[in-house]
Amino acid sequence: MSIALYRVDDRLIHGQVVVGWGQPLDAGFIVLVDDEVRASAWEQDLYRMGVPPHIEVVFASVTEAVRGLAGWETEPRVGILLTGDIDTMQALAAGSDRVRKVNLGGIHHRTGRSERLRYVYLTDDEAAKLRALARGGVDVTAQDVPTARAVPLGEFL
Amino acid sequence: MSEPLRGVIVSHAALAQALVSAVHAITGVDGALTAVSNDGCDSGALSARIGEAVGAGPAVLFVDLPGGSCLTSAVRLAAGKAALAVVTGVNLAMLLDFVFHRGVTPAEAARRAADAGGKAIRVPAA
Repeated sequence: MSIALYRVDDRLIHGQVVVGWGQPLDAGFIVLVDDEVRASAWEQDLYRMGVPPHIEVVFASVTEAVRGLAGWETEPRVGILLTGDIDTMQALAAGSDRVRKVNLGGIHHRTGRSERLRYVYLTDDEAAKLRALARGGVDVTAQDVPTARAVPLGEFL
Repeated sequence: MSEPLRGVIVSHAALAQALVSAVHAITGVDGALTAVSNDGCDSGALSARIGEAVGAGPAVLFVDLPGGSCLTSAVRLAAGKAALAVVTGVNLAMLLDFVFHRGVTPAEAARRAADAGGKAIRVPAA
């Protein structure tokens, strides 16, 4: 198997990821790519608390993730890769041709962002970065939970 | 402690508000509990929402799940603050006990709530 879900979600590991996606995918590992979390043992403990013991959690910096992607893609277990923002996912896609599909799962309201979907708020700059990802051949859709429809980028940008 | 201990319930969707309503319906106690939902929040916005609900006084943060956005936001807010304590797995039984036992420290109230909530989980003979 490989990484079944490349997801941008500013809550990182939470119920929708572990239960909503993790159960139907039968996920065996989660890769959380975030430079700040990678540097904080306390933050890592906090995120581990929400994950059942049979799912391994790997904390990686962006640099480590770019190096690790090839290995994770050949894992026999199913994996989920998470980033907290579009910049981080864009950096991964720029550093590796393994990122072919990106799921926008939760990008919430913040000053400067406008609502595109109930769970996707974007600045113009973030929207432009998503368009650039799509132009580069990455299939970008928004879908908070597996039972919802995957909304193509063109429908909300 | 000079200010009465308050409870802030932090949950997914409308669970927290439903628990506040249920406690009020059973006890008639008002003002001891505040509901916070994570709807539409990233973790920073949720921490701000919890902080607003907590205010200046001591509080116990009752979180629905032992992991996820509600917990991470609550723990970030409470880290290093003796006036705040966090309990996970909130249920009605622990809240009913809490509203009548608020003359203790947040840490003591959290331990008591966890005990009361755990004792309420049973499998009765059918």
